[in-house]
Amino acid sequence: MVEERHIFSVLVENRFGVLARIAGLFSGRGYNIDSLNVAETDDPAVSHMTIVTHGDAQIIEQIYKHLNKLIDVIKVTDLTTENHVERELVLIKMNASPNRRGEILQIMEIFRARTVDVSPATLTIEVTGDEGKLKAVIDMLRPYGIQELVRTGKIAIMRGAAK
Amino acid sequence: MEQMRGANLLIESLKREGVEYIFGLNGGAAMPIFDALYDAADIKLIPMRHEQGTVHAADGYARATGNVGVVLATSGPGATNLVTGIATAYMDSIPMVAITGQVFTHLMGNDAFQECDVIGVTRPVCKHSFLIKTSDEVADIVAEAFHIASTGRPGPVVVDFAKDAQISESIFRYPESVNIRGYKPSVDGHPRQIAKAVELIHDAKRPIIYAGGGVVLSEATDELREFTIKTGIPITVTLMGLGAFPETHPLSMEMPGMHGSCCANYAFTDSDLIVAVGARFDDRVTGDLNKFAPKAKKIHIDIDPSCIGKNVPIDVPIVGDAKRILAKMNELVHHVDIEPWRRQTDEWKEKYPFEYQQRGDKIMPQFVIEQIYDVFPDAVVVGDVGQHQMWAAQYFKFTQPRQWLNSGGLGTMGFSLPAAIGAQLGCPDKTIVNINGDGSYIMTIQELVPAVTLKLPIKIFIINNMYLGMVRQWQELFHQKRYSAVDYHDNPDFALLAQAFGATGLRVDRIEDVRPALEKSKHINEGPVVIDFIVDEDENVFPMVPAGAGLGDVIRGLA
Repeated sequence: MVEERHIFSVLVENRFGVLARIAGLFSGRGYNIDSLNVAETDDPAVSHMTIVTHGDAQIIEQIYKHLNKLIDVIKVTDLTTENHVERELVLIKMNASPNRRGEILQIMEIFRARTVDVSPATLTIEVTGDEGKLKAVIDMLRPYGIQELVRTGKIAIMRGAAK
Repeated sequence: MEQMRGANLLIESLKREGVEYIFGLNGGAAMPIFDALYDAADIKLIPMRHEQGTVHAADGYARATGNVGVVLATSGPGATNLVTGIATAYMDSIPMVAITGQVFTHLMGNDAFQECDVIGVTRPVCKHSFLIKTSDEVADIVAEAFHIASTGRPGPVVVDFAKDAQISESIFRYPESVNIRGYKPSVDGHPRQIAKAVELIHDAKRPIIYAGGGVVLSEATDELREFTIKTGIPITVTLMGLGAFPETHPLSMEMPGMHGSCCANYAFTDSDLIVAVGARFDDRVTGDLNKFAPKAKKIHIDIDPSCIGKNVPIDVPIVGDAKRILAKMNELVHHVDIEPWRRQTDEWKEKYPFEYQQRGDKIMPQFVIEQIYDVFPDAVVVGDVGQHQMWAAQYFKFTQPRQWLNSGGLGTMGFSLPAAIGAQLGCPDKTIVNINGDGSYIMTIQELVPAVTLKLPIKIFIINNMYLGMVRQWQELFHQKRYSAVDYHDNPDFALLAQAFGATGLRVDRIEDVRPALEKSKHINEGPVVIDFIVDEDENVFPMVPAGAGLGDVIRGLA
């Protein structure tokens, strides 16, 4: 069967151990999490998780059902099948000697990336976007020497009016 | 309002839940709870000799009565000793609340004495778990734990209870109702799906009903009987569901699967429609999935959506409670005209019954089971795991739900003796027969102590072939008779050992003594009786679908 990437938006009770239950659901079945983002929602009793995973249709169906089966899970949406917006933030620490800095800043401008820190030999960049844009900017910056790269993992939200 | 300690809040909460028995083993981090139980008149504390015994006893009580079983143990090793039993209950969807003492909250995570992350250890083997860190959480958590354990697809819930929360005081307020926003099991099947299922049933030419433990759990036995008899469709009931439909009825094809009847397995293979109710297409039932029921459409009724489509693609899924859905279907179905198919299933049943060959003057294990059935046809039978389990399932004809209690999913050896204790306490007026193996019996033999102390008249019948028999059978068939670590000829004398425990102990090694010993055991009711039946060592369980084969390739026996 064909493997597909899916983004699950999961509302959970903001309690200790919830993350472990969700991680255990994946690890116990040998399913992989590509990225995972967790944070409080507007309601501090509820957290939101964005889970990016992949698998064939049968595995994706099982993940959806098992997420729903967890007592602390309030709502699961497979955003892949919905009209949605996704974003990810990346922090990149570049090797940036003064003579290369200009070129890097030019690339950054094209991608609307921002400088968040600078030192004599490095430049730390913040850039936000969807997967395609982030791949493009990273590919462009790589030749200059990436020291360190940190990603938030994807967050996503359904477009349009509230449920 | 009166303040009370967390431990007493727990006891008050358990009373509200109607708990009559707690199976427990005391230890440091649970002492305040045991202390509170000391004067709790409404709840009887049953001390066992090993935590594994406590949890299987609570499980046996739950299986026999349908009530939530309650087990109590201390932190650390007490809690880890429960894990096998919690996993056993989880695999078979048994309602249970397992309460464990935990070290003081300020010591948690410090590698304190007898500390263990119980929530972490039990996470994959329970339905849900709670940690009580303050006494004002006790009532709400207990109410939620019982609600989760007993509704939807039942299962064990772990409540880990920190010692400071057991000691500190709060006011008792028990919630009137429980509302968990992330937990709303669907119980009524979708009407359109039910209509679709009924249509398929009416159009089928070679349908079968495949019922499992879910029917027993949802108390849907009457509805299943009506559905089966009204439609006239032949039925096979899994190991977990035995008794949900009487095996003595002409429509019964008996148990399916690896050691099931040829009739049921051939019927799966040739059927054009499978109506699965509260069964989960387990690998021991289906054999090789690629060869499983290739011509059949499948209707699957189950309360757990994640069970549907997990192993086998389903044409008509119906999520909900088996009892409600079958009741609705019974209003809609009529008798289906499947005469040629019925003739075929009857012919298989007639031609390939469960059968065995007498070997010399040996006591054949199947003969012992037949005799047990003859002497105790209405008993609740608690089986263990191994060859004797399969022979009991094959040769005892179960007619009532909750008449066969068995660790089907996890296959936990040692389950049956403590489970029989729980069953006997839950059903004081019923005869409890424990059919055990020599390997499994010794795994929890220490629980003979509470059985003797409580004067429980459990009939413990050991099918003793001096081997870890099921493994020996696989070694004979698939490992070139290399009998690694299965020779149990060093078994102790189980009759003498029973006597040492203060039980009645008998040893039977001649055919002619089998029946009289069973008759005799019927009249020993002042405590447990252990009969050690020395049976033929070489007998194997047949029919057998070898691992990886299809159900149609069942081996009926060795020539």
